[in-house]
Amino acid sequence: MVEDIDRYLREDKLPHIWCPGCGHGTVMASILRGFARSGIDQDKTVVISGIGCSGRASGYLDFDTLHVTHGRAITFATGVKMANPDLTVIVITGDGDGAAIGGNHLIHACRRNIDLKVILFNNNIYGMTAGQFSPMTPTGATATTAPYGNIDQNFNLCELAKSAGATFVARGAAQQPRQLIRIFKKGFAHQGLTFVEAITQCPVNYGRRNNLGGARDMLNWQKEHIINHRKYQDLPPEEKEDKLPAGILYQVEKEEYTEKYQQIITAAQESDDQ
Amino acid sequence: MTNKILSEQDKTSDRVMLLQGDEAVVEGGLVAGASFFAGYPITPASEIAEGFAQKLPAQGGKFIQMEDEIASMGCVIGASLAGEKAITATSGPGFSLKQENLGLGIMVEAPCVVVNVQRVGPSTGLPTSPSQGDVMQARWGTHGDHPIIALSPSTVKETIELTIKSFNMAEKYRIPVILLLDEIVGHMREKVRVPAPAEVELITRKRPAAEDRDNFYPYLETADHIPPMPDYGEGFRYHSTGLFHDKTGFPRGKTEDAKKLMDRLMAKIEENLQDIIIIEDELQGDEEIIVLSYGSTARSAISAVRQARELGIKAGWVKLKTVWPFAESYVAEISNKVEKIIVPELNRGQLIGEVKKAAAGNAEVSGINKYDGTIIPPDEILTRIKEVSK
Repeated sequence: MVEDIDRYLREDKLPHIWCPGCGHGTVMASILRGFARSGIDQDKTVVISGIGCSGRASGYLDFDTLHVTHGRAITFATGVKMANPDLTVIVITGDGDGAAIGGNHLIHACRRNIDLKVILFNNNIYGMTAGQFSPMTPTGATATTAPYGNIDQNFNLCELAKSAGATFVARGAAQQPRQLIRIFKKGFAHQGLTFVEAITQCPVNYGRRNNLGGARDMLNWQKEHIINHRKYQDLPPEEKEDKLPAGILYQVEKEEYTEKYQQIITAAQESDDQ
Repeated sequence: MTNKILSEQDKTSDRVMLLQGDEAVVEGGLVAGASFFAGYPITPASEIAEGFAQKLPAQGGKFIQMEDEIASMGCVIGASLAGEKAITATSGPGFSLKQENLGLGIMVEAPCVVVNVQRVGPSTGLPTSPSQGDVMQARWGTHGDHPIIALSPSTVKETIELTIKSFNMAEKYRIPVILLLDEIVGHMREKVRVPAPAEVELITRKRPAAEDRDNFYPYLETADHIPPMPDYGEGFRYHSTGLFHDKTGFPRGKTEDAKKLMDRLMAKIEENLQDIIIIEDELQGDEEIIVLSYGSTARSAISAVRQARELGIKAGWVKLKTVWPFAESYVAEISNKVEKIIVPELNRGQLIGEVKKAAAGNAEVSGINKYDGTIIPPDEILTRIKEVSK
């Protein structure tokens, strides 16, 4: 199935600014293919992004779009969704934007189970600012601000989102766009906080500095290390260590935040009428 | 549609109530059509959040308590872009945290109201004591040049009046409006009449026509400098960003766009000073001394000036209900007519700098300053009036 995704793009804003070999374009196209399959109304969809390489995506997408302050996209999205629950609200963020400066908003949005589609482009680095370490830069890797090696630990973002209360949690990678498209299609249909970690390669500001080769080598790394969660389950513990499970890792049906607030409105209005 | 929140009965009838200033923000806000509140608990402003939490849902409005002050500001801007009349409330520490997103609100031109019930700072300071210490922060708190409107009530009655004005100005000029209370006005109770929405002028943002959808420029340069604003979800599919942008809403990375946008944002305010600057005064024309004040301090100023008049001193008072933009030409004009201007403030002297600049040496300007959490009583102002009248 080949979707027409051009209608979701502001073609006059292309080509995008992402570096050669960057995985962001693949992830963005996968979002649009998933969106096309979801059947959601383009005019009733808002895309909000923060600051960083991922933040530029909103400018390329032909929806109501908002490019906000660093780390805060989820807060604006919460206001939009609360104001008009009929809208589909997509947040595009990165590992610096969403897991560092915006980490608090991420866990609280999960806790509320508000129906936002939070897509975190994880390229393991602050790419836009040329290579400082993020919460997702692997321990031991080097970055401009970790010249002697990164001593920080990473988050497991999917586990974080799940334990904070997200009701749809998935992981995919730029190397596996078909899986990403399926994840997005199902995520857009889910009612409640939808969290997708999309692992993408940054050959320029992360790979090159850490001798990981070019984009092709980094994609091969993804292929070998980001494996279907069912396969991952069956691996012996020692083989799990350097791998991450991919696919829809968790999904439950649970009452969504704006629906619960609507019940408050209804009850308050009924008691007012009496 | 000017007010979708109040019931039909509330729209047509006024109410007499005993209210705190904080509660008056809620009542005034509902009259103005406030339909969305996002906030975070903070003394001495929490009563505003509590009031909206209680009252909004019954009228179809929305309340949300966010995880922090930054989130509250973002949430309010998001709700505004989705079509709501949105408001948040805080005090000094929270006002500091809101500043970055406040700048975003100014840049994307999202109408909203930000209440700051001032307490003594810096830092945690004196959380339950009054201050007027955030006057300059209200003007310059977010980084970069920018326009701002800040109104400051001195009574509970004025709090209702200026809350309604805040919403009206926010909607009219597509800008966040700051409502600067202080802890005295916020917590003081006074008997007030809450007007019916039907009897007050309510302004709602200018909207584009549906047929403009195909050729829509969200940041079009119109004659009044205020571009029409659609709600999200109406099919306009437009882009907003905190980056400098042209009429399309997109950044082009061109320096001329930065100047052009800044000039337009400033012109929205600078070309409408008559409408925005609200001043109250009691002048007989023979004044030698003027006490110029704002917020709760104006109460003491008025009392002191009236006592001075009884003593035969040619004194008058001026109350600035609009603190920003500053009433520069008004002050310049009176500085030519009087000899002395006294500026009492609950800070180490903030707005007095603007008064001195406008007076330009034509009148002698002196301040009375308290910054220990106590108020300036009328007799201290009267003593100064007597001193300078000699």
